[in-house]
Amino acid sequence: MSALSVHAPVLLIAIPLLGAFAVPLIGKLGRGVRDVFVGLIAAFTAALAGLLAADVFGRGGAASVYVLGGKPFNIPLPSGMTAPIRILLEVDGMSAFMGLITALVTITAIAFSFSYWKKRSGGNMYYSLLLLLTAGIFGMEMTGDMFNFFVFLEVTSIAACGLIGFRVWLGRSQEAGFKVMTLYTVSGLFVLLAVGLLYGEHGGLNIAYLAHGLTGGLIDKIALGLLLTGLAMKAGAVPMHMWAPDAYGEAPAPTSAVLVANSQASLYGLFRVLFTLFGITVSAATTGWILIGFALLTIFVGVTMALVQNDIKRLIAYGAVSQIGYMLLGVGVGLATIVAKPAYGLVAMQGGIFHMINDAACIGLLFLVAGAISRAAGTRDLNKMGGLAHTMKYTSVFFVIGAFALAGVPPFNGFASKFLIYEASFKLSPFLAIIAILSSILLLAVFVKAFQGAFLGPRPASPGGGEAPLGMLIPMAVLTLVVIAFGLFPGFFVERIVTPAARALWFGRDAYISAILGG
Amino acid sequence: MNGITSGFGTWNPIAWTLLFIGILIVAFFVRSFGRKDYKRNTGQTKAFLSGNEEPDAPAGLHVSGDNLYWGMVHGLSAYYKRVRKWHSGDLSDYVAWFIGGLALIFVIIVWVG
Repeated sequence: MSALSVHAPVLLIAIPLLGAFAVPLIGKLGRGVRDVFVGLIAAFTAALAGLLAADVFGRGGAASVYVLGGKPFNIPLPSGMTAPIRILLEVDGMSAFMGLITALVTITAIAFSFSYWKKRSGGNMYYSLLLLLTAGIFGMEMTGDMFNFFVFLEVTSIAACGLIGFRVWLGRSQEAGFKVMTLYTVSGLFVLLAVGLLYGEHGGLNIAYLAHGLTGGLIDKIALGLLLTGLAMKAGAVPMHMWAPDAYGEAPAPTSAVLVANSQASLYGLFRVLFTLFGITVSAATTGWILIGFALLTIFVGVTMALVQNDIKRLIAYGAVSQIGYMLLGVGVGLATIVAKPAYGLVAMQGGIFHMINDAACIGLLFLVAGAISRAAGTRDLNKMGGLAHTMKYTSVFFVIGAFALAGVPPFNGFASKFLIYEASFKLSPFLAIIAILSSILLLAVFVKAFQGAFLGPRPASPGGGEAPLGMLIPMAVLTLVVIAFGLFPGFFVERIVTPAARALWFGRDAYISAILGG
Repeated sequence: MNGITSGFGTWNPIAWTLLFIGILIVAFFVRSFGRKDYKRNTGQTKAFLSGNEEPDAPAGLHVSGDNLYWGMVHGLSAYYKRVRKWHSGDLSDYVAWFIGGLALIFVIIVWVG
């Protein structure tokens, strides 16, 4: 194992964090130097995430520990200690999987931003906030400590609010930023209250230590309720999703893609709490069915609200909300059946987790396309667009592929993950699969409307900026290739990265605890 | 390597894609047997509207996204009236939904599970 692999968990947080604070200084040297610096930070971070994933998946997704300030870095309990007191990062298959998603979305969003933000001012602050958001997301995914999880959650909240309200000359952006700030703060306080309750009850903050001591008493249940609600809200689950269309819609287009990764990091936190922290100390069937209830509402309301949107970004935003429902459905079915551990429970988990990376690629692609076409058309209103396919041929192809994939049309990646979710949820209850399939069909109708409105029709009288510049086309092409590759070779990716991630949650609670506490 | 199995079914995208391409080839082959006396831009291509003349579309006419599912949305107006009311844009309502969600989860977790 190389030194970079060993230190990758902390470097994934430290590099973008240091980059975020260095950008305003580097920016003094000129826009070109700043862009090269931000690009290098993003590329190095993505390489680290890949290296860490190769290491973790090479070990079958087994948990490994990184102790900050400790030497050696993998001894969480020095001799005589019974509880970990240092800051610990703990990485298993699920954390490494989430790291890959974050790396994919952030590097393409930052690459897209170089062209998108070329003629706008405030780039130093924009990239600073974007890197801060990246650092926070990686922190949420790598930490093995509940309080540090809360800290990174707040880091992402602050950076996300700054990015959503970044375009201060637009009143709607400021309003969206304010709404998101309020709701993120309320949910963050709930998470902090839950962490405080757990600390008061069990005298520790480390996830493995807490998991070992949880009894499922009243305080634990209250903490679970607070965590579940706070994290479900930040993930954008209906009926606590109202902030999401405002946030995704008003944020700059590349940022919207990263905000989806941010929502997925909250979803990861929710799964970590339910599977690793609580496991079966509280009724997994009850919490599983709560997730399934959220999932059905999220899928149906998300899709039906998308159908009536005329703003291309809000339309995609509601589509993104609906996809969170599919992830909740897959993992909810897994949680509801974890005690009996039927085969379809793990399949459902694989489907839900596979859908996370598929959704990140598809929604990321669609938000980038939305950025490119709203820049060319000068509006986001579908009723004022039309005929863009005449001048934006590549962009229109990217949109069709992204839309087909998100709607679950074969052979794209969205179908592969939804296939696993449909089949496994059908085994639990056919009603679940029916809602999921019908909503996918409706989502296809939503994107037919968007394609008809934006791309079809006569050639526009004022063609605007024409095809998107190469700097925008390349990130969109990269995400399109990911969508196609994951769609054509799902078996390869499910076997190598999805199954170890799902197993880390499904079977890995004891291994996660023993990596810290031994035994 | 490229396919996945759920334990109850299998999905092989490469096989599906090859089959899809094969069906397209067959479809084009069958189409090649079609009538050869079809003439573009003649009366053959005009829409038949009960014998009435097809009105000319205004230049630049485009059926916008809003028009596409008007009938469906109108049919579901009762649902949409309610759901749009939930999405009021009022931050106090958003927080109320959040608190309501928390209350419901507490009831389920503490009393049921």
